[in-house]
Amino acid sequence: MTTSARLPEPPGGRAAARRRGPAWLRFWPIAPAVVFLVFFFVYPATLLLGLSAVDAEGAPTIEHYARLFRSDLYVKVLLITLKVAGWTTLLSLVAGYPVAYLLATVRDNTRNMLIIWVLMPFWTSFLVRTFAWIVLLGRSGAVNDLLVALGLVEYPVRMIYNFTGVMIGMVHALMPLCVLTMLSVMINIDTNLTRAASTLGARGGQAFWRVYFPLSVPGVAAGGLLVFITALGFFITPALLGGRKDTMIVQLIIFQIHEVLNWAFAGAIALLLLVTVLAIFFLYDRLLGLSTLSGETAAAGAARRHGIIARAGGRLGRLFTAGMGNLCEAAARLFDRLRPHRADRPRRGLSRGALWVAGLLVVAFLAVPSFFVIPVSFTEEGFLNWPPKGFSLQWYELVFASAEWPKAAARSLVVAVCAASLGMLVGVPAAFVLVRQRFFGKTAVFAFLVSPIIIPNIIIAVSLFYLFSKLALVGTITGLVLGHTVLAIPYVVITVMALIKNYDRRLDQAAWTLGASRLRTFLHVTFPIIRPGLIAAFMFAFIISFDELTIALFVTGGDFTTLPKQMWDDAIMRVNPTLAAVATLLLVFMSCVIVLSEILRRRGAAR
Amino acid sequence: MTDPKDYKLVTRGVRKTYGPVVALDGADIEMREGEFLTLLGPSGSGKTTLLMAIAGLNDPDRGEIWIDGKLATYLPPFERDVGMVFQNYALFPHMTIYENIAFPLRMRRQGEAAVRAAVRRVLDTVRLPGVEDRMPRELSGGQQQRIALARCFVYEPSIILMDEPLGALDKKLRDALQREVKHLHENLGITVLYVTHDQEEAMVMSDRICLMNDARIEQIGTPADLYFRPASVFAADFLGESNLLSATVAGTGGGEVALTTGDGRTLRGRARDEVEPGARVTLMIRPENVGFASDTEPDNTVEGVLKEVIMSGQITRYFLELPDGAEMVATGLTGGDRGRPETGGTARFGWAAEHTVVLRDH
Repeated sequence: MTTSARLPEPPGGRAAARRRGPAWLRFWPIAPAVVFLVFFFVYPATLLLGLSAVDAEGAPTIEHYARLFRSDLYVKVLLITLKVAGWTTLLSLVAGYPVAYLLATVRDNTRNMLIIWVLMPFWTSFLVRTFAWIVLLGRSGAVNDLLVALGLVEYPVRMIYNFTGVMIGMVHALMPLCVLTMLSVMINIDTNLTRAASTLGARGGQAFWRVYFPLSVPGVAAGGLLVFITALGFFITPALLGGRKDTMIVQLIIFQIHEVLNWAFAGAIALLLLVTVLAIFFLYDRLLGLSTLSGETAAAGAARRHGIIARAGGRLGRLFTAGMGNLCEAAARLFDRLRPHRADRPRRGLSRGALWVAGLLVVAFLAVPSFFVIPVSFTEEGFLNWPPKGFSLQWYELVFASAEWPKAAARSLVVAVCAASLGMLVGVPAAFVLVRQRFFGKTAVFAFLVSPIIIPNIIIAVSLFYLFSKLALVGTITGLVLGHTVLAIPYVVITVMALIKNYDRRLDQAAWTLGASRLRTFLHVTFPIIRPGLIAAFMFAFIISFDELTIALFVTGGDFTTLPKQMWDDAIMRVNPTLAAVATLLLVFMSCVIVLSEILRRRGAAR
Repeated sequence: MTDPKDYKLVTRGVRKTYGPVVALDGADIEMREGEFLTLLGPSGSGKTTLLMAIAGLNDPDRGEIWIDGKLATYLPPFERDVGMVFQNYALFPHMTIYENIAFPLRMRRQGEAAVRAAVRRVLDTVRLPGVEDRMPRELSGGQQQRIALARCFVYEPSIILMDEPLGALDKKLRDALQREVKHLHENLGITVLYVTHDQEEAMVMSDRICLMNDARIEQIGTPADLYFRPASVFAADFLGESNLLSATVAGTGGGEVALTTGDGRTLRGRARDEVEPGARVTLMIRPENVGFASDTEPDNTVEGVLKEVIMSGQITRYFLELPDGAEMVATGLTGGDRGRPETGGTARFGWAAEHTVVLRDH
């Protein structure tokens, strides 16, 4: 804001020289977050990657990297990983686009309601979702049950422990991210543009393909990138829903650490993964520009970019959209010949109806599966069969009577509260500085603070394991909290920055002119207004930690587990109805947390 | 009933509701070729709803729309042969100016050579030659609006609809573009249906104005009709400044009406419609027709206390408080030969009977 210099400053500053305070005073609030991440993110990652370049005696070697390429196993797994991530991205985009388009073009109230259902997979635990798919897709699961009953197939179809299972699970997990990213771009596309196109003579799909779709491409690209990058670091879904052939690169890292204890080679694989991620970012930047990631509007994405790749991409894109437009127009003309437009009678648009059907089917795919764990948890049988037989509370009794489950739950709760609090403590001041101060390298600092989201979690987890094993922090609450805080900081920073950007600073300036000091202004004006948003940010961080498995997988140990870790251990051994009972309890708990935070937010907003 | 085939545009009883809200309640308009008709009214009066129905961007519940002699009530926009200019221009941000203007021609499958020639010609028409390769956001607001106009002119639709096209521009630019749109209309002989809430803009540009209020058409007529012969209190109040006085009809005769005001004064006026003696009416007198009645002896005079004198540029306003508390405004050119009357003193306003418009109360 250029005008801020002329606007009132808080009282108490006597001399003009003192008005803005010394530099360190303005920037120190960002320091804790930066220092924290340097210590628990950069430093351990450097240690781990450093290990990969030295041999057992500490002398430099490229042996570990040579080994990566000696057998074709690692390249093959990398290719499988890329294939899985690629298909996940493609399917998420294709299925998510109609949903995002629908959300962008309905009334506000309808949109808010639909978004809750789209986000369903986001706030039901990762493992709950995966078990739901096991219940649904298994040999005697609900889907096969239905297919056989309908006579569509004679024998149950194999939909799990193979590539199909991996795809269903991963698309289900990642599509919400994709939909929301696309929505953030689509919502800014002026609805008058397609109307203008239709008055100018665009019929059938021409208005959509030549006007709307090109403007939504930055959202599609950003959504695709986020899904792809996240998918590269996945291992839970492939491990539980995939077969032996669907091993992803992260699973190799886990194997090296857990089974062989080869740190150096694990580091080498981690670097391979990291390089892949960075290469994809580089390619994306060349093609579309990273600025489109930060929710820049369509106009920015439409900026004419230079360079051969970008220009070729642009030309290809135009050919594609023109071709699709013409194709749709031809189809529409054919349809119009069969059923001409009548001037004296309204005709309901079929395409809008089709969009609703497609959109709601996808939303159902996202929202419904989690609920299937509930009936299974009351089964009398010893396995996850559909339909569940009889009614019994034995699995719940087993959970509550066991030694591990209640302890693991309590530990998860404590860790999540601590990690979210610590994340807020360092993240909120950093967000304030990033929004309100101007300084050299601000973009870089921002990128650094949110980078734990982009770097595959496994790298953070393994390097923390290495660091903590030296500091004797493995198997401690402290270790878990520190690890989860690394993941919580980016979410807190992004959420709170959006909050502060929307805050009208003139309210603070009004308070200053009315005689309130900086502190009192914050306590009586700023804080009450942003409190609902802060609660939301805390909840976000809480859920991130509560549902976290990757770091927990390494930093916990023995009978010191968290809830997700305990579920994972159980699932690896044998999927049984106990897990369904835990998943149901978790579902209920998460729903309570969401409802509670919504009530808190509304009460705060109503004031 | 008129034959729709004689007109460029005819709407009959067009009605549109959104849930319980009636947005448009039976609109009838007729436009001849080459006419400039403006839909004028406050926000929520139904003018944009009517325009959207004509463009084919919303389906009316009832009524008929005829464009260029063909029934078009429920045809999709691309089969209607209309052009539309939007308030925010609606230029496609990812296309160059050339691609924007070529868009309607390409949708009509015209050859690239013809497209190129047409785009160049229309850019000359809107006096912006040579901007083909620019992107829309590289142009100023006024230039973008000219491109939006060009994109409509280029395919020569039967009728061009404009939805507050100058609303986003500042005053100076708006004035310049008003005249430019007017000239383009005259030179190209196009038929324009224009929407605005700015009464001054409507008067400057239109052949006829269709005044709308509360989902209904209040009055259709030339700017002079609406200004000098308003049909209702709403019309009198919405266009220009006006003094409104309540009165009762005492008698009629010789084209004039004798009126009695609340405080027993007798005034003379001219009735637009037949009025019965004893009917309650509202009198409308334009401030520019009211003057100080010191020297001359006009048909009507009132006496009161001069409360305020406000000079706003070339015009000065005089505010007179009448004995019954009502206020009356007179305007005159600043620095005239009247001198400057003292506020707080008694003054007499006067005006001619022909400037007293008698409006029936409903």
